[in-house]
Amino acid sequence: MTMDRRNFIKLLGGASTVALAACAGSPAVSSGSAAEIMPKSGRRVVVVGGGYGGTIAAKYVRMLDASIEVVLIERNQQYVSCPFSNYYIGGLISDLTPLTIGYDKLTANHGVKMLHAEVTAIDPAAKKVVTTEGTLAYDRLIVSPGVDFRTEEIEGYGADTADVIPHAWKAGPQTLLLRKQLEAMPDGGKVIISMPLTPYRCPPGPYERACLIANYLKTHKPKSKLFLLDANPDVVSKKPLFTKAWSTYYKGIFEYVPGKKITKVSAGDKTVFVEGIEDHKGDVVNFIPPQRAGRIAVAAGLVGDDKNWCPVNATTFESAKHKDIHVIGDASVAGAMPKSGYSANSEAKVCATNVVALMNGKETIDLSGINVCYSAINGDESVSIAGIYKVVDGKIAAVPNSGGISPADFSQARLERIYAESWLRNILTEMST
Amino acid sequence: MRMQWNGWALAACAVGISSMAHAAPPSPAMLSNACAGCHGTLGGSAGPSMPSLASQSKHAIVEAMKKFKSGERPSTIMGRIAKGYSDADFAAMGEFFSKQKAHFPEQKFDAAKADKGGLVQEKHCGRCHIDDGKDGKEDTPITAGQWLPYLQIQMDQYLSGKRRMPEKMAEKVKPLSKEDLDAVMHFYASSK
Repeated sequence: MTMDRRNFIKLLGGASTVALAACAGSPAVSSGSAAEIMPKSGRRVVVVGGGYGGTIAAKYVRMLDASIEVVLIERNQQYVSCPFSNYYIGGLISDLTPLTIGYDKLTANHGVKMLHAEVTAIDPAAKKVVTTEGTLAYDRLIVSPGVDFRTEEIEGYGADTADVIPHAWKAGPQTLLLRKQLEAMPDGGKVIISMPLTPYRCPPGPYERACLIANYLKTHKPKSKLFLLDANPDVVSKKPLFTKAWSTYYKGIFEYVPGKKITKVSAGDKTVFVEGIEDHKGDVVNFIPPQRAGRIAVAAGLVGDDKNWCPVNATTFESAKHKDIHVIGDASVAGAMPKSGYSANSEAKVCATNVVALMNGKETIDLSGINVCYSAINGDESVSIAGIYKVVDGKIAAVPNSGGISPADFSQARLERIYAESWLRNILTEMST
Repeated sequence: MRMQWNGWALAACAVGISSMAHAAPPSPAMLSNACAGCHGTLGGSAGPSMPSLASQSKHAIVEAMKKFKSGERPSTIMGRIAKGYSDADFAAMGEFFSKQKAHFPEQKFDAAKADKGGLVQEKHCGRCHIDDGKDGKEDTPITAGQWLPYLQIQMDQYLSGKRRMPEKMAEKVKPLSKEDLDAVMHFYASSK
């Protein structure tokens, strides 16, 4: 890789006191604190991000080798699951409690040390992480930062835009806001969902959201209309199932409109613009911006030539850009594995296994991964997709003739709703106990 | 200056991909940990419709996975998943889960039904579901401590003919009333 001075300083972030022999002069100071905290005595893995990937990576490193200290850095005290947050938006659950987990038991059961702070910079050469609470050292770092929005590509998108036209693509206050807007909308209103080109977090998510908002409108505001403006030329996930659901359940209330890439928004007018030539105004607008790896992955120079996503080794998830740093979950380029919660869970275990192997001088072990993802299509029915993954020629590939989607006659959809709910309970329990 | 930065960048950022070129094939733990997102860490399920795999016999797991793969055992998603694995993978998973500590989740059950179910179980089911369902003969799965909704879904599938009962099981189930069978489910769910 090549790197000019400007990028190099950006990469350093605010690590002004971190010693780097080749670095002349002091880089700019950020909001991170340089004072060292939690001095390292033995071997240590630091995990950044307490979501679907990071919690599992932290837990499994401890399960596999309790002699390795693990510090999990997460800014929030609680985590709200993005999977199933569409249930709340569509009114199927009354609050976010079933989607919310804490970190106490990861500490009590596994000895994971929590640091509630924001990571402001990573220094790969000195192997240090700079946070708002101070700087700490690592032997290996696992970064699981999720996604950030490429809002700079959208004309008119400002700091307050999401307060008016929510993305609701990170669960929490944004999820609450979108439902509140839908509830406040009079019957006969127009709702717009706008979704970006692939790759983005959770491929079926926008289509599931369309089903559940349409279900809400059909039940509570039947004179209303919902439009899904898809930047992609066609449905990118579970197509036969979603198109069947839309024509079976939501005819007349919902319209799927492909090939509508939004380049400009006007939050005040609740309007989105397609390539500057065509505008769509709604009473409620759910604008999901294009995405990239979470901010810290970009700041630390972990993204590849596309400047958006982090290339990694298919066996260890070690970054192709920086030694001893591993990237998992939505932020990573994981070959055929989709950017889903279950993928992040599966990748975290592969990564943890190989981080422990590398730290003990043992042979690494090739990935065996799974993705399982359920989407609700109405109040009672769900459909699924499954994938099994192995490493082929250094890349993560789907095992041929396996996996796939539910039958399109929805003959199993009621049973799959029951399994979907157990999926959530198991995966959130795995992350939090 | 440009050259110098490039040199530094290479030194600082080179990644030892060559040292990882030879990785071992997926281990039993690597194969099995991927299942835990739905079946719980080390196979101890927290989801009422998902079975715990922890402490099941290797034989039971291998047979179940083969039947999912062939379609002999009906499923929603397990058939699609099983198609991604070989018999050797199933054996590795069976080996792994058979070594895990049995999991008994906190769950609701009807105590009176469980008491009655204990008597029915002993008389009708105990020859294969040995030790109150805490062990199993040959490929008979452990039923003690499974979630009640999981057990009920399976029994529904047996009774509706979607899932074929082993002959010996069919003989034993046939004379039992729905109430008796329901009581047995509660008995298994009550196990600690």
